[in-house]
Amino acid sequence: MIAVYLLLFIPLAGMVVLSMWGDRPNAERFNIRCNIAALAASVWLAIDVLWNGPQLSAGKLLYIDSYNVYLIALTAFVGLTTSVFSGPYMNHEREIGRLTPRRLKLYHTMYQGFMLAMYLVLTTNNMGVMWVAMEGATLATVLLVSLYRTPESVEAAWKYFILCGVGIAQALFGTVLLYFAAEQKLGVGGDALLWTVLHDNAGQLEPAILGLAFVFLLVGYGTKIGLVPLHNWLPDAHSEGPTPMSAILSGLLLNDALYAVVRCKILVDGSLGNHLAGHLMMGFGLLSFLVASLFLHRQTDIKRLFSYSSIEHMGLMTYAFGVGSPWATFAALFHMTTHSLTKSAIFVTVGHAAQLAGTQRMDKIRGLILTQPSIGWGLAVGTVAIAGFPPFGVFASEFLVLVATMHDYPWLTPLLLLGVGLAFAGLFRHIQPMVYGDVPEGQKPIHANLWPVMLHLALVLWLGLAIPSFLGNWFSQATQLISGALPQ
Amino acid sequence: MSITDLDLYSQAILLLAGLIALTSFLMLGQSRLVRLVFIFAVQGCLLAGATAMAAGVLNYPHLYISAGLSLLLKGIVIPLLLHRLIHRMGLHREMDTIDHPARLMMGGTALVVFSYYVSLPIVQHSTLVTLNAIAVSLAVVLLGMLLMISRRQAVAHVVGFMSIENGLFFAAVVSTYGMPMVVELGVAFDVLVAAVVFGVFFFQIRASIDSLNVDRLSKLTEVER
Repeated sequence: MIAVYLLLFIPLAGMVVLSMWGDRPNAERFNIRCNIAALAASVWLAIDVLWNGPQLSAGKLLYIDSYNVYLIALTAFVGLTTSVFSGPYMNHEREIGRLTPRRLKLYHTMYQGFMLAMYLVLTTNNMGVMWVAMEGATLATVLLVSLYRTPESVEAAWKYFILCGVGIAQALFGTVLLYFAAEQKLGVGGDALLWTVLHDNAGQLEPAILGLAFVFLLVGYGTKIGLVPLHNWLPDAHSEGPTPMSAILSGLLLNDALYAVVRCKILVDGSLGNHLAGHLMMGFGLLSFLVASLFLHRQTDIKRLFSYSSIEHMGLMTYAFGVGSPWATFAALFHMTTHSLTKSAIFVTVGHAAQLAGTQRMDKIRGLILTQPSIGWGLAVGTVAIAGFPPFGVFASEFLVLVATMHDYPWLTPLLLLGVGLAFAGLFRHIQPMVYGDVPEGQKPIHANLWPVMLHLALVLWLGLAIPSFLGNWFSQATQLISGALPQ
Repeated sequence: MSITDLDLYSQAILLLAGLIALTSFLMLGQSRLVRLVFIFAVQGCLLAGATAMAAGVLNYPHLYISAGLSLLLKGIVIPLLLHRLIHRMGLHREMDTIDHPARLMMGGTALVVFSYYVSLPIVQHSTLVTLNAIAVSLAVVLLGMLLMISRRQAVAHVVGFMSIENGLFFAAVVSTYGMPMVVELGVAFDVLVAAVVFGVFFFQIRASIDSLNVDRLSKLTEVER
């Protein structure tokens, strides 16, 4: 259990240190070291859980089971690789004068602050603390969106703050209702908001109140997932902030918000005994999936393009969790992993591509493969992976979602296939001319660190070919927790 | 059951619920920013009063802490902060235009009715007071959103945002006798940080568009113009 405390302490300490010395030249290295330490703690935690099963901390405030432990490890891993990328990236931004030392200090501090909020969302056992941490993640990132102080970025940050703030307030209302329902059965006291307690007593909770609570929780956390029609902040915040932030927003924040919704769904399913929560998630998820894949076609900004792709994939995962059969749940968990790895790799590449071309406008980015083959190939391979081509992991998880749909809701299969096809076309019509195409005059290679991309894509490839047994074991256990049965 | 059959505590809570809803309507119709912030402070004080009363009558001492917190934060610190910002930005004489005030008020009324309708499933499992409290707090949340929708001033948006928090807090106090302490402290911390971040944003927005009229934040669009 020490590993959990360590996991929460490291980013907290990092935050304090970086808030004092975050503008020094070696701050980025310190940032990376914090993330290495956090990754080590998360691996330790993962091994602990693998051997000893789910763990509850002494004050019952923290709870680790197979469902959140793999997300913790994933969060720590993506946090580390993104911080490795952020070093040279932020230096370049500083050289071209987009950043001052003070803003760099803010950036480094909030990077660790964001990681702390993410770990707290994942590890906490208290639904209220989960809300607090989720709001904390907004607060940590909102000033980073406006880091460049351009009119566009200030607008994006304001939109992000207002929409997510109001949205997440609905989740607090849902949490209050949840507590209200629990308190009637379990009595007044701090325990009635603990997830483990709620889960043990889910059958006794009042279904009418829990159903109402879930609607608010879904709308609240759904704003953070970026579900249509609550998605408006997402493309703006992703496109205007610094690219490392886009990578961690897409790869981590969206996942963790979905994690929160699924935790609530487990409780509501236990109380209601019907499929209301699942149907709501299926509806919102499918709508997001289809609308976002249509929007892919109209984009002109490369980061906006990939943020719509994030909405599309989050929609698919929400849908799959909504279907709720063991296979669909397994697929959704798997897709969370593959999408998070692939999308953060893509944002890293996109960041380099935008620095190379000096713009984020897609019609100005040309000839990447000729100017700097590593960036060009990174973008091409990343796009192939995210569009769901074999042999990458995204293909495997999307295919599983399709199979599960064909089994339970065959009439929805054409819609899914349509969405996948639309998304594929939407991505490639933009990416192809950027990767190939003629090199604009004066475009020169830049200093880029692409090993995070290679590593992520290699992992996604590996996951597409074979799921390691410990990971499959976690997925199966989490599937059993969420859907009540093992996939077979 | 008639209202006079209830004990004094329930009657007082119902009165406070009514007053809190009233302050929300007053905010909706108030176009001067300074007064808007003042009404918001009154709402915060009413909230703190309701919490303190619940603490005293029902004997939940930990509610005194949250009553103190909400008095301090929502009754004093945040309104003062906003007040100073309004003066520093020279907005204290400015009027925010409200389009169609009559329709806005009708819309607000409709939202209250809607909140009662949504809260109906709860009434079977609880007392009259809880139903009213949950319905009113949901109404305050929705009225806060309506306030944000109908205004153009960034300050008014912040007031709407904070009054949404007030509504949630009221629900927590009256229906569940307050959330666990760790959650209350966390929420209070978040609200405080949010208030500071909002302050930072006012300056950023003013530096970028030279006013706090958020209608002019219109650079990001979905399609090419």
